[in-house]
Parts: sequence; structure tokens; C-alpha cells
Amino acid sequence: MKLYEFEAKGILARYGVSVPRGVVVEKGEDVRGKLVSSGLTPPLVVKSQVLVAGRGKAGGVRIAKSLDEAVSLVELLFDYPIKGLKPRYVLVEEAVEHSVELYASIAIDRSARKPVVLASLYGGVDIEEIARERPESIIRYHVDPYTGLRGFEARFIAKKLGLKGGLMQSFASLLQSMYDAFIDYDAELVEVNPLTIVGDRVVALDARIIVDDNASYKHPELAVERIEGGEVSEWESKARRLGLAFVELDGYVGVLGNGAGLTMTSMDLVYEYGGIPANFLDIGGGASAERVKKAVLLLLEFPKAKSIFINIFGGITRCDEVARGIVEALREYGGKPKPIFVRLSGTREEEGRRILEEAGIRAFDNPVDAVIEAIKAAR
Amino acid sequence: MAVLVDRNTVVLVQGITGKEGSFHTRLMLEYGTRIAAGVTPGKGGSEVHGVKVYDSVREALEEHPDINTSIVFVPARFAPDAVYEAIDAGLKLVVVITEGIPVHETLRFTNYAKSRGTVIVGPNCPGVITPGEAKVGIMPGHVFSRGPVGIISRSGTLTYEISYALTKEGIGQSTVIGIGGDPIVGLTFTEAMEMFERDPETKVLILIGEIGGDMEERAARMIMEGRFTKPVVAFIAGRTAPPGKRMGHAGAIIMMGEGDYASKVRALEKAGAKIARNPFEIPSIVSKLL
Repeated sequence: MKLYEFEAKGILARYGVSVPRGVVVEKGEDVRGKLVSSGLTPPLVVKSQVLVAGRGKAGGVRIAKSLDEAVSLVELLFDYPIKGLKPRYVLVEEAVEHSVELYASIAIDRSARKPVVLASLYGGVDIEEIARERPESIIRYHVDPYTGLRGFEARFIAKKLGLKGGLMQSFASLLQSMYDAFIDYDAELVEVNPLTIVGDRVVALDARIIVDDNASYKHPELAVERIEGGEVSEWESKARRLGLAFVELDGYVGVLGNGAGLTMTSMDLVYEYGGIPANFLDIGGGASAERVKKAVLLLLEFPKAKSIFINIFGGITRCDEVARGIVEALREYGGKPKPIFVRLSGTREEEGRRILEEAGIRAFDNPVDAVIEAIKAAR
Repeated sequence: MAVLVDRNTVVLVQGITGKEGSFHTRLMLEYGTRIAAGVTPGKGGSEVHGVKVYDSVREALEEHPDINTSIVFVPARFAPDAVYEAIDAGLKLVVVITEGIPVHETLRFTNYAKSRGTVIVGPNCPGVITPGEAKVGIMPGHVFSRGPVGIISRSGTLTYEISYALTKEGIGQSTVIGIGGDPIVGLTFTEAMEMFERDPETKVLILIGEIGGDMEERAARMIMEGRFTKPVVAFIAGRTAPPGKRMGHAGAIIMMGEGDYASKVRALEKAGAKIARNPFEIPSIVSKLL
């Protein structure tokens, strides 16, 4: 779950991080009233709150020299789509005059199985670009999950960046605050980029926090509606609302499997036999007939899929449940059904096949045969 | 011989009274796994498929001191607590089936387990099976048969698929380990490979990987450095997956150009592993190595 910039800054500010003074305006609110009562002093930065990368380049961040200009920019940004997405919130902040932009983040290093701090003096662009342009500038420091990030470690990182005196202290305490937020919010990422220097203090100009979806139940206060457009297609968000793992692709063969590995392999098979998959759809382990029905209905409605290849190997998933779900989906679907090719193998496969065959659907035991038929039918 | 589980494995089922826990307890019993007891806090004194249920791991161990392995079906919110309970009770192998555990929690309990000398398999994994001896997991037992091939896999369903293909060709397995699909897991490829290296029964090893992370690259390095000397056949799922998208498993995502199909295949090929383009080629590749 990606948090909006204003949420991330709000959290970090509570942990003691300096952020510019600002106010959030929600769509429909009295913009002028809110800006006047906020007491902010121009020049102001007006920032569209969208959960997509490259917002600045797309025109989502503007500078206002006066309050009047800020009011009209807020109104403009509410109607200004960034990668096809209009914001629900706009953040207005006092501009911080600055000449340097630094980078700091904390994430989980999978292979080291530890949190890792990344810091660089050359922020303002994304970490991938820093890694490409100035890899030597990146300080990488692993944190022991037991002890957490201790003061002397944070100072060591700051010192290694070349910061001295009060600035070193301020940067170190920023890292510790970020680390505490990282732990408390079960974050996959806490990133401050850019951050700048005002006197001998560091100030976070932009911030990102991504919370682990598996931990979102611990943070009910973050349960505002999130519009994750731009990078997420209409069909992907539809699938997400149904609780299905779905990725839209460019082809024409609908793919449904159980388990991420088997579903990816099913996509790979479609390519290998000369077709192009329309999607990735994983029903997960132990899916009920109800869940299968939802997934199959989604593919029946999904216009890119001209035929459907269903590849099931039952372990914890039961073939009879899957078969029942498929049959129910076809019964419930109003339109002309698409050709469906089902490969069933594993737990309760005989019963599953019987259910399908009674409904007039052919069950394959070899996925290659099913994929070849599905490609043929889609053309 | 085998690795991790065998006929001396005596199992405790944590979360035995839940839907999945009780269903798979029955299937494990039918397979012949020795299940000594179960735990569900608050349900102590009851029975599931003839297996006694206790309120805590300690109580179960007092009555059944021969228990040496735990399998965890406890729901995600309570699963970390169950894992710590098993580690603190001194169990040396804990198989975590539960899906959806926050990654920070897994980070903590896998590090804790390591410091206590407990092997964690999973989370979000199908478990471990030594065909004909013990099944500590949720895999369909009938797809496996006993023989000289070890399997380590990041994907549940693909493991069944590939084992079944081998079994149909008359090629059996020594032990099959599903290490799980989360970004952080306990037992890794390389740690499991150390076990198979020492197992005289295993003649060939199959690695079933997928995009994301660097476990396959690390496995390749281990082979290059001569720390794993048996023939390796590898299959990597996700050849055609687009970068930056999460493909079902939280772990299956290509980040910052690392973890893509090409880099994994390149590393493994360079180390001398045979790469299968699809799961169905594996039996013929393996049979040439035996």
C-alpha cells in the first residue's frame, strides 16, 4: 500500500523529521478559505497527490508566487491528469530555498534478510538513476533487525556521506526517525528524496512510504480510499477489489492458474507455442468454487482475452472446486461465452473432470495440448 | 537417507483445529506421517482425527517428548507467535504453511530462529516431503515417488507438476522442499543445497526458481565455487513476465533490473547447470544425468 506524500510527511513529522509547513486540500473543499487560514507565506509549492512516479516531469508540481496564484494552481491541478489520473488531494507547502538535494531511504534487503539504509549526496532523481550515474555516491548500510539503527551507526552513515558537526547530527537523527517509522508501519520502503539542508538541519522536501499489504490490518487509520491509477489498469484495480492477483498484458489468450509459479509458467507456455498472453491471473492456493467463479467471470468479461487457458494442478487446491467454479461462471455469464480450455491434474481430478464433462467442457491432462487449442481458438 | 524429514520425524501440528490444519492433518496421517499432537490455544483436551490437541507447545512436548518438528497452519496474525513458541520449545525444524505474514515479522522470526539453531521452512510454502517416509506439508502425496532426485522449489504448484512428470517417467525423489514464495523465507536455496550435497541418496538436484530476488544467482555462485558438486537442472518461471509488476507471489517482482529471468539463467548456465525451457523437459534432461 503506497501512502500519499502528505501522509508520509505527516508520519515522519510525528517522528521528529523536519518537513516544510503545508496544508492538504481535498477536492470539493474551499481552497481559498483553507489556504488563508493556514497562514502559509508565499512563495508556495503546489503538489498534486498522485501515487505514480514522474509526477514532477508530468507537471504535477507548480510554484506559486502569491496566495491567489496558489488558489488557481490548486484548482488547476485537481483537473490536471497525471498519467491519466486526477488527484483527490493537493498539498500546498511553503517553498524551501535550497541548493543541495540529498537522498535517504530504508528498505528490506531480501538476500541479506536485513533492513538496508541507502543514502547519497546526489538526490532529486530516483535511486535507479543515482545507481546508474553515481553508484560510488551511494552508502549502503545493513541494520541488525534486533538492535535497530543505533545512534552511532546513523552518525557513521552521515559521516561517510561527508557531513559534519550539527548537520551530521541532524542527518543521523533523520535516519533514526525514518527507521522507527519503517518498523512501526511495517514499511517495505521509507524514502526521503529529495531532502535538503537549511542551516545545519536537514529538511524532507518529498517523502514516500510503502506499507506491506499483509500488515495493513495493523494500521486502520490508513484505510482511506487510494486511487492507484497510472501504473494500475482499470482491469487490474477491478481484480484487486475482488481480491485476485491479476496483471494485464498485451496479448489475446486469457491465462488463469493456481500458484504464481504455475501461472507464470502458463504464460511462458503461451509464448512458447506462438501466442501472446492477455493477462496473468493467479487464484492462489485452496481456492473455493466461489473464488474460481469470480476469476473466470473476470476473464469472460475482460475484452483482451479472446480465449481462456486454465491451468490447474491441484495440491491444496481441489480440482472439483475449480470445476464447479468454472461451470457456475459460465452459467452466470450473460454474454456469448469465450472458448475455454481447462487442464486439470492432481487432487480430486477425476471428480473435477466429470463435473466439466457433464457441462460439456473438455478437460485436458496435458497443458501443452490445452495451450495449443487456446491459441488456435483466440485467432 | 534423505534431508530434513524421514521416518524418524515426529510432528506437532500448530493450528490443528482450523479448516486447513485439520484437513491436512488427515492427509498427512493418511500418507503415513507420524503426527504426535496438535496445538490450538483454548482447544486443549479435544481431538482432531484421533490426534490430541493441547493449549501450548510445551504441554504437547511434555506428553510427547519425541516430537522434533512442527508444521504451522496458524492464521497470519498469530503465526509469528506460534513460530516463536516452537523455537523456544527447542524444536529444530518448523515448517510454516501460513500465507500473508507481514515481511517484517518474517524478518524477525527467521533471524531469531537462526540464532537458536532452528530451521524454518517457509512461510507461504507447501512444506517438505521424503516420499514413502514423511510428508510435512500440504502437497498431494500421490505425485511423488522415491528415488535419487532432490528438489528445491520456490513454487508450490510447479513442484507438484514437475514431481508428477518425473514420477510418470519412473524417476523418484529423495526429498522435495518447497521453500516458499515470500520475499523473505527461512531456508534458502543455498542452505538446502548444503543438505543435499551431504545426502548420499541424492544424485541430481532440481532447482525450481522464479523471477525476483537473487537466490538463483547465489546457487550458481555456490556451484561455481565447488561447494555443490552434484549435477543441477534448473527451471525458472517468469521468462515472459513484465518488469516492475508483482506476479502473484510477493517475492516474484523484478526490482531495479535485478532478479530477471535472463540474469538467473545466465548465472546458472555459466555454473554448468542444465536449464529446462519448460517443466515437461525436465524428466528427459534428468534421466541423462542419472
